[in-house]
Amino acid sequence: MSATENNVSTIAPQPEKLTKKAITADHPTWCPGCGDFAVLAAFYKTLEKRQLPHESIVTLAGIGCSSRFPYFVNSHGAHFIHGRAVPLASGVSLARPDLHVFLFGGDGDGFSIGGNHLDHGARKNIRMTYVIMDNFVYGLTKKQTSPTSPIGYRSKTDPTGAMDQPVNPIKKLLAGGATFIGRTHATQINHMIQMIERAMDHDGFSVIECLSECVEFYPGAFDPANPRKGGEFKLIDEKKWDGTPEDELRHDVTDELAAYRLASQPFPGVFGVFFESDRPTKNAFERKLVETTRAKLGAPSDLELLQGTFNRMK
Amino acid sequence: MLARLAGRSDQEVMTYMTIPSTISGGPSIFQVRIGSGEVLSAGDEADFLVAFYQHSYEDHIGFLKEGGVLLYDSDQVQPDLGDKRFVYVGVAITGLTVEALGGTAKDKGKNIFVLGLIAEIFHLDAEKLKDLIRERFGGKNESIVNTALMAFQAGYSYPVGGLLTTRYAFEVRQETAGRDQVTMDGNQALAYGLIAAGVRYGAGYPITPWSTIMEILRSELPKYGGLFVQAEDELAAVSLALGFSYSGYLAVTGSAGPGISLKTEAIGWASMAEIPLLVVNVQRGGPSTGLPTNVEQSDLSQAIFGSHGDSPRVVLAAATVEDCFYIALEAARIARKYSTPVFILSDSSLATRIEAFDEPDLTSIMRDPHPDLSPRSNGYKPYPLEGITQHAPPGTRMTEGKYPVVTGLEHDEMGHPTGHPSLHMAMTAKRRRKLQQLAAEIPLPEVYGDAEGTTLLVGWGSTFGPIREAVDRARERQKGVSSLHLRHLHPLPNGLENVFARFNQIVVVEMNDQGLYGYGQLATILRARFCDPKIRSLTKTDGLTFRVKEILQGILP
Repeated sequence: MSATENNVSTIAPQPEKLTKKAITADHPTWCPGCGDFAVLAAFYKTLEKRQLPHESIVTLAGIGCSSRFPYFVNSHGAHFIHGRAVPLASGVSLARPDLHVFLFGGDGDGFSIGGNHLDHGARKNIRMTYVIMDNFVYGLTKKQTSPTSPIGYRSKTDPTGAMDQPVNPIKKLLAGGATFIGRTHATQINHMIQMIERAMDHDGFSVIECLSECVEFYPGAFDPANPRKGGEFKLIDEKKWDGTPEDELRHDVTDELAAYRLASQPFPGVFGVFFESDRPTKNAFERKLVETTRAKLGAPSDLELLQGTFNRMK
Repeated sequence: MLARLAGRSDQEVMTYMTIPSTISGGPSIFQVRIGSGEVLSAGDEADFLVAFYQHSYEDHIGFLKEGGVLLYDSDQVQPDLGDKRFVYVGVAITGLTVEALGGTAKDKGKNIFVLGLIAEIFHLDAEKLKDLIRERFGGKNESIVNTALMAFQAGYSYPVGGLLTTRYAFEVRQETAGRDQVTMDGNQALAYGLIAAGVRYGAGYPITPWSTIMEILRSELPKYGGLFVQAEDELAAVSLALGFSYSGYLAVTGSAGPGISLKTEAIGWASMAEIPLLVVNVQRGGPSTGLPTNVEQSDLSQAIFGSHGDSPRVVLAAATVEDCFYIALEAARIARKYSTPVFILSDSSLATRIEAFDEPDLTSIMRDPHPDLSPRSNGYKPYPLEGITQHAPPGTRMTEGKYPVVTGLEHDEMGHPTGHPSLHMAMTAKRRRKLQQLAAEIPLPEVYGDAEGTTLLVGWGSTFGPIREAVDRARERQKGVSSLHLRHLHPLPNGLENVFARFNQIVVVEMNDQGLYGYGQLATILRARFCDPKIRSLTKTDGLTFRVKEILQGILP
């Protein structure tokens, strides 16, 4: 057997059209007005648009309000423990090349308790699409400071205002080595769909930071980027490679240093694709290791292999 | 090489090795016990001691039995020749090796020279040993093989016989059963057992003495189409393994105690979400970083209870190097059938000890690793209250159109989160009942010795050998001593109370502390389970394996 030879060719394609009804599961437990509803809606729309059958995807999550996501999508899914969803998703991704792994979570899960796993998932470039719903606060535990809470934010654990420098998610992802980094806003549904589609078409560790408002504990946090609330949703102007003089000024998504500079803009910053690289995935490296190793050995059966090893131990 | 030679000659063999926990090295010993009969432990006393250095002589001369032979390098060691208990054989090992190798090799090759000496003294099969030398060094360049063979020949032709009055020889045993013997250490046996059991994926983090298992799996699994991931930490390692298992391929993670401590939350998830998983703990000594290169059996309580909430899991322990292979098969069988995490406890003495055992019949053992992705229909429930969970891996078509989510939140039969009191009670009972069902299926282990008597020694893990040997020795003196070895520690097999009833006292022998209330970890569990005041405890915490005489001293009045 090999990681590339799963038994999925036997699964008959679904003849019926994938509708929103078919991909909807439990009604979300989120508070009315929560930004995560819009992220879920954007995800449904993406699945519908791309007609991804239930058997071709898996939705995984750690712990947090947004990490409840898998219950609301009618697909195979797992609700794991706090902060460890990236390695769980890595296991599924590496063993099952036939599946597209979607991972959902929040800022606490991804940047705090799971911060180290984020770096290593990025470094190893394991193929998956990870949507981080960033609300700048711990919502499920009712208003404690999060790793992205701005300095001065008054929470139950910082009643006089947060004092610790917040994580800059885009810079963290760039430093970690993520090969697709996007940023979007839960009030911009078309932009979200666009980001999710580009992320899932990327062969590698693709992450989207999605500003998603916690109406209960941090209302209005993202109004400065919401045109309907008087803010500005500033898009990254990507290079078109058309040779025009104005293209010189546009952002080259393969330019890591330019991405750092974009990520340094003051809040609310810019939205769109910061960085994209075609660095090979761990999935590809491991598949190649299997193929070359087995070719060298002459593709023996499992029994022949182990018997051969034991013969050398006599 | 002596161990492998014994394996090829159908002799029983067992080795014992200590290594220092520092990279710069330090004193290390390697002990080999070879017998024509059954060899159960590495032995309490040595018949023959080889000392290359003064400190090795000083540290280990006490281990030599009276009348035993000290073979020493007269270029390096000055023994106390006045001590008339021992026979002294001084050979200028350093000088002769340098001479034999033309003086260019400094003092390398001394061990091969001594192998030649030992071959001569014990009348071992020199041709077989030369074959082994060729195999061992054959991968390197030809001159290394030739140098090694020259060193061996020099030792073998040295007239050591003149210095020894006693002659040693092993009885030549007739070829026993039809199966060849294989020779390996416990970590190798465990790693290959996992492969035979159909485990193709795993993840780990380096820690002594578990690392060699992950090293073997990292290079072996790609040959079988699988892979092993070196994770960024222990938490990621267990999570990756759970990702593999969730996706349909039963996976392994492992560590020693410190790493297992870090994995416990995710193992609790495996209990709750009912995901099959193999967790290897190659135990070392002490809490915290403890004794990294010594042996102890002090992680039993952690394996059974080490998680928050009621989180049933299965705990097995390997008895011997051979059993490291078979315990992996049993663990994988249970994990799949009961969709549960299963601990495999080994320890640092088993991990590095080399034993020869009958080659397993792989044709009847090898298991297909592929997940069952056939469509599920007819009211499939991920968590049926009446029945054992068998998950549909992702990618499986659910013909009724409802796709399952596996979860660590308390849930109903469909996997929807719920905190309903009656459901939590019912689900807690469901997760417990499947292990009660397993307990009913585990065969009751056989008593070694008479089925009734004064004392029943109860052991688990690597104390198997010394306990059996203690029974043999005690019975020579007409003591009514028997023993019982437990491979399944949680759940315990049903019916142990009937075995215990036939003995006056039950002595649980284990390498851990007697605890606050005077009982070792298994003894505590057995006393809680059977409320039997006959259950006593014999423990030790010196970081070394049990010697037979320590057990005898512990049970004799």
